[in-house]
Amino acid sequence: MEIRNSDRPRGPVVIDIENITKDYIMGEEVVRALRGVTLQIRRNEYIAIMGPSGSGKSTLMNMLGCLDTPTSGRYEFNGKNVAEMDDDELAAVRNREIGFVFQTFNLLPRSTSLRNVELPLIYAGIDPERREARAAQVLADVGLGDRIHHKPNELSGGQRQRVAIARALVNGPSIILADEPTGNLDSKTGEEIMELLENLYQSGNTIILVTHERDIAAHARRTVHLRDGLIESDHAGFVPELDLPVAG
Amino acid sequence: MKRFLYEVSESWKIAAAQMRSNLTRSTLTALGVIIGIIAVTLMGTAVNGISIGFDKSMAVLGDDVLYVTQWPWKPVDDWWNYRDRRKIKTEYAETLNRMISATPNSNLVVAVPTSNLMRSVKYGGNQVDNVFVLGTTSDFIVTSTIDCTVGRFFNELESRGGANVVVIGYDVADALFPSESPIDKLVLINGQLFKVIGVNARQGTFLGLFSWDSMVAMPLAAFNKYFSAKTESDVRVKVRDKTRLADAKDELTGLVRRVRGLPPEKKDDFSINEQQAFKSTLDPVKNSIAIAGLFITGLSLFVGAIGIMNITFVSVKERTKEIGTRKALGARRRTILLQFLIESTALCLLGGFIGLAFAYLMCFGVGKAFPSFPIHFSVGLVLISMVVSMLTGLFSGFAPAWTASRLDPVTALRYE
Repeated sequence: MEIRNSDRPRGPVVIDIENITKDYIMGEEVVRALRGVTLQIRRNEYIAIMGPSGSGKSTLMNMLGCLDTPTSGRYEFNGKNVAEMDDDELAAVRNREIGFVFQTFNLLPRSTSLRNVELPLIYAGIDPERREARAAQVLADVGLGDRIHHKPNELSGGQRQRVAIARALVNGPSIILADEPTGNLDSKTGEEIMELLENLYQSGNTIILVTHERDIAAHARRTVHLRDGLIESDHAGFVPELDLPVAG
Repeated sequence: MKRFLYEVSESWKIAAAQMRSNLTRSTLTALGVIIGIIAVTLMGTAVNGISIGFDKSMAVLGDDVLYVTQWPWKPVDDWWNYRDRRKIKTEYAETLNRMISATPNSNLVVAVPTSNLMRSVKYGGNQVDNVFVLGTTSDFIVTSTIDCTVGRFFNELESRGGANVVVIGYDVADALFPSESPIDKLVLINGQLFKVIGVNARQGTFLGLFSWDSMVAMPLAAFNKYFSAKTESDVRVKVRDKTRLADAKDELTGLVRRVRGLPPEKKDDFSINEQQAFKSTLDPVKNSIAIAGLFITGLSLFVGAIGIMNITFVSVKERTKEIGTRKALGARRRTILLQFLIESTALCLLGGFIGLAFAYLMCFGVGKAFPSFPIHFSVGLVLISMVVSMLTGLFSGFAPAWTASRLDPVTALRYE
């Protein structure tokens, strides 16, 4: 297997996680979803986070996406301590610094592509004219310039995911967090979406890909394997043999 | 503040889109509020109308007139103390007038005697029963809101001479003379003919309270000549300055005591009444009607509010994933709260508006069909209903909106 890029990117650190844990209380039982994860992600990295279900992959993604705060440990996002932020401060970080791409697209079904892409700009308080111009621009960038007034049910799966990617990009975030972005797409459309992500990476974006599919993870330049709430391996490029025992 | 307005206007757009896309549901939900607002508004107009009706009836009494009567104008427990009082005689008026003109700076203007009883009035084949027949002097117009649309009130000459002339109320005129002018016609009362010289303006009746519409007024001298039987008499006295009603009352009490020849140690054996006293016995009645009515109709609005609350809860539940997405994209708690509050408020305001329109049409219809029914649709009422529907929206939307704003984004995103 070809290792496409062995050079670690040397940009400034965007995400700095040290020894974070997350415990959930499920009835009487305490589930230790993360048991001490340390991870640094620099600007313009393309990193895949892999692991079977129950490995803590989703929990880590929620932490990285500032949707949740850790039970213990240090988390700095662009030098700001995120671990102790309250709900509204986290919302502001999510709005400006993180672009989410979901497996199920999560578009508002009754709103046009344009309105969907405008949403983060609304929450950022941008005035309507600038908002619309910016949203239309980003939609054109992902190749949907002629679909801005279509509603999600008038778009194909791949087009919907493009709208979602445009929505993630619109506020100029520090990272793009893609959770199984091809999970609901056929393989050909999936490849197109991965191509789009590759282009975004090439043009300087930082991409964090959460997936359990090896050929999707293979697009990344760095792969982190999680197992039982701990990082099992952290490699430049894609290391398939390490993935074998845990896959499936 | 600017930021808040921005969020409000964006939330309005979202709420409008939401209502459009769930049209059936929104309509049905709004229906609860529509019915509630119709009920409350109609009750409001009725209460308003009752109030105006009362006031109108009160106005007949005049707020600057004191009434010297045997019985007080309020309910009494010790009626036996009043029963044996000496009757009020119409002759008092003359004596009182002499006294008033002899007093410098008197607070009283003129005393007017009135006697009345119920009789039938006939003209040709038409007859009106139970007409309030009033005998008085020409000074009567000073103390009452008599206003002759056709003809005139009797003058001093007719008054002193006891001429057989009458001024008739609107309803009496309408019943006896459906198609001709009543002026100079002769009507039959108690076997005597009286010439109609005037018709009083229409006043409207309400709950059978004092209305001149079904009255007939004639000179007291004529009245005494033909109706010597059991009549009720009292004396009404016009006050110069109605802001000094209490002083005038004191002065009048002194004068009537002198007229009645009461020695100082004896208590008053008459009552002096004014409009206010009557009002204060009627006001509690009016207020209990208003409170009971508004409470019962308020319940229907409350049911509407519960409908809105219910639907907002359903909407929050259905859109859990959407809320999660919005939160992931940076919506703050307050933004989500605002969005759902505005949705419920918009629904209520819309319902309120439609309800108000219906209520207005219904009032208009009732007013056309039953002109005597006092109905009053005011701008104040419109504003109040709009405020009430807005508060209903805020009240019913708050709990679900609060729930939505507190949703954990991770859980919400995972919700299917």
